[in-house]
Amino acid sequence: MVTKLMNWFDDRLPLTATIERHLTKYPAPINMNIWYLAGVLLVVVLVIQLASGIWLLMNYEPTAEGAFASIQYIMRDVQYGYIIRYMHTTGASAFFALIFLHMFRGMMYGSYQKPRELLWVLGWITYLLLCMLGFTGYVLPWGQMSFWAAQVIMSLFGSIPYIGEDLLTWIRGDYLISGITLTRLFAFHVVLLPLALIAVVFVHILALHEVGSNNPDGVDVKKFKDEDGVPLDTKPFFPYDITHDLYAIGVFLIFFVAIMFFYPDGGGYVIEYVNYEAADNLKTPEHIVPSWYYTPYYAMLRAITFPVLGLSAKFLGFVVMAAGIAIFVALPWLDRSPVKSIKYKGFYSKFFLTLFVISFFVLGYLGSVASTPLGTLLAQFFTVTYFSYFLLMPIYTKYETCKPVPDRIQLS
Amino acid sequence: MRNISLSIVILGVSLLAGNLSAAGGAACGNYLSEDGLTKGECDKAYVDATDKPSLQRGAQIYMNYCLGCHSLKYARYKKVSEDLEIPLDMFKDNLIFGDQKMGDLIQVGMDPKEAKEWFGNTPPDLTLEAGLRGPDWVYTYLKSFYIDESRPLGVNNKVYENVGMPHVLVDLQGTPQSVCRQVSFVAENGGIRQDPLTGERLTQEQCGFLEVEAGTGQLNPEEFDEAMLDLTNFLAYMTDPMKTERESIGTYTLLYLFIFTMLSYLLYREFKKDLH
Repeated sequence: MVTKLMNWFDDRLPLTATIERHLTKYPAPINMNIWYLAGVLLVVVLVIQLASGIWLLMNYEPTAEGAFASIQYIMRDVQYGYIIRYMHTTGASAFFALIFLHMFRGMMYGSYQKPRELLWVLGWITYLLLCMLGFTGYVLPWGQMSFWAAQVIMSLFGSIPYIGEDLLTWIRGDYLISGITLTRLFAFHVVLLPLALIAVVFVHILALHEVGSNNPDGVDVKKFKDEDGVPLDTKPFFPYDITHDLYAIGVFLIFFVAIMFFYPDGGGYVIEYVNYEAADNLKTPEHIVPSWYYTPYYAMLRAITFPVLGLSAKFLGFVVMAAGIAIFVALPWLDRSPVKSIKYKGFYSKFFLTLFVISFFVLGYLGSVASTPLGTLLAQFFTVTYFSYFLLMPIYTKYETCKPVPDRIQLS
Repeated sequence: MRNISLSIVILGVSLLAGNLSAAGGAACGNYLSEDGLTKGECDKAYVDATDKPSLQRGAQIYMNYCLGCHSLKYARYKKVSEDLEIPLDMFKDNLIFGDQKMGDLIQVGMDPKEAKEWFGNTPPDLTLEAGLRGPDWVYTYLKSFYIDESRPLGVNNKVYENVGMPHVLVDLQGTPQSVCRQVSFVAENGGIRQDPLTGERLTQEQCGFLEVEAGTGQLNPEEFDEAMLDLTNFLAYMTDPMKTERESIGTYTLLYLFIFTMLSYLLYREFKKDLH
């Protein structure tokens, strides 16, 4: 019966072939480690965000007058509404935590190198979309921090020479942040951006399955295949990876649920305390701090305190901040190393990658606290070290001595 | 390498987490601790969402003293009565004023425009105040009013300097004055400065202590502190009314996930055997 049904479908759609290619028979390298879990967990979080988002939408009111109250309505009067909302807020933070780990994995093991350049670029686009989703979503509760974060971020466009002011008005749809701005961000957050995200993630996974997964050794597993054409150093996704992933999802959900039910504010990081107050355009909060996942870039923005060649400090900060996010896309072409994985790369690659991670965290910290002269100095220093990882890469990867890479995966 | 990179990430995360404490709650202005050693540090409010009698007393104070000006406009009477286990009839008779219904949001009758004229600012809604400022701040603020004839309403507040709010709880507390006291010099290591010859403790004058004139209030200082803790507890409940339900559901969810994860681990281990 089932076979008959499958045959009926297979005559009309490559159903079995697709399932085998992308799920059951997908060959995954045998030496994948814990870093390779971020990808599947990102898919889980994407599903969580889509599901909880749809349910939030059923009671949210996208107007300046009603938004804040409708969130409280969800939190208090909608049955289990608070679970749905906390799922979405915790999911937002988890999304960024995981994508950072996922990107770092790629940087460590050279997963962006040939033939995975396009895969990396597609991943970078999902990161950009995620940044935009995070920003637009953060404005929707229409609390004080929503309003003032929108004010600060949007005003950056106003710093662009010549066209800035007009561009800003066009983006806001008003002369100040208002209900008009809220509704357009709402439309982007619930329709345009998620649609784009799903599409890009889909293509990202298609591309992954075309070129195959990289692995911690950076060895090309496709060099050695068995008589069926299956790479020797791989295992089929089903049942080996799926059981592994299921276990990982369980562990992840334990942490996720613990935050969601017991620390939904995340100490002010998941939901900022200032957002307990409804938006008030006459009252600026003492410290305007973005969500934790933007703080490294916020620190870069504030690090530029001097104008250059008639360009304002604010505009330059904006450019540096944007460059900090954009520069990831260039990685496949900056890395000249003959080897992929950090395991076999030389000292300088290890040094600069470590420096990058330290810079990222220090900037993240600096972006979350009120600015001080020392903080600004540190932010400037670590902005330079952040970029040095990327900009010096063509030099240090070309001249350093690498260790020989084995032909096949070595299991220790 | 894997271990090194993992530890870097863990180090970084803990660096960020170290900042956690700085993120929450506001500092307490000019509030002086009882021993005069710290300024601007809030007293700790030990709120407890499961202490129903405390929440009930807090609700009683709120409805009688605060609701004249401060709404709780995101909450409904009915839910408060259910959560605090106050019988419907008793709630209706004693805690709802005017012709409001049990299903209504807790609003104030005062016109916001007039209120702005009277106090210089519209009294804020307090549904989420304990979330915004933290319960410690609320608790300390409530205890920090004092007589200050230079202010339009005759009172000021140590935590929130020049606040436009009158001392509504003066009936309960009595009249608090800001006074000066002789206090010992205490070094950072806890040592107390003494006269090297006589061994007597040296003192200095420090101002800004709060003292209530005896017999002016219905409650003694301990009872008043207790009442303010109840009120703070009620406001903390207001911010997060689902806390008890949330944590109970969370416990069951975690239990389920532990079992799920354990089973999935066993399944994973079974398949892993094939690979080696």
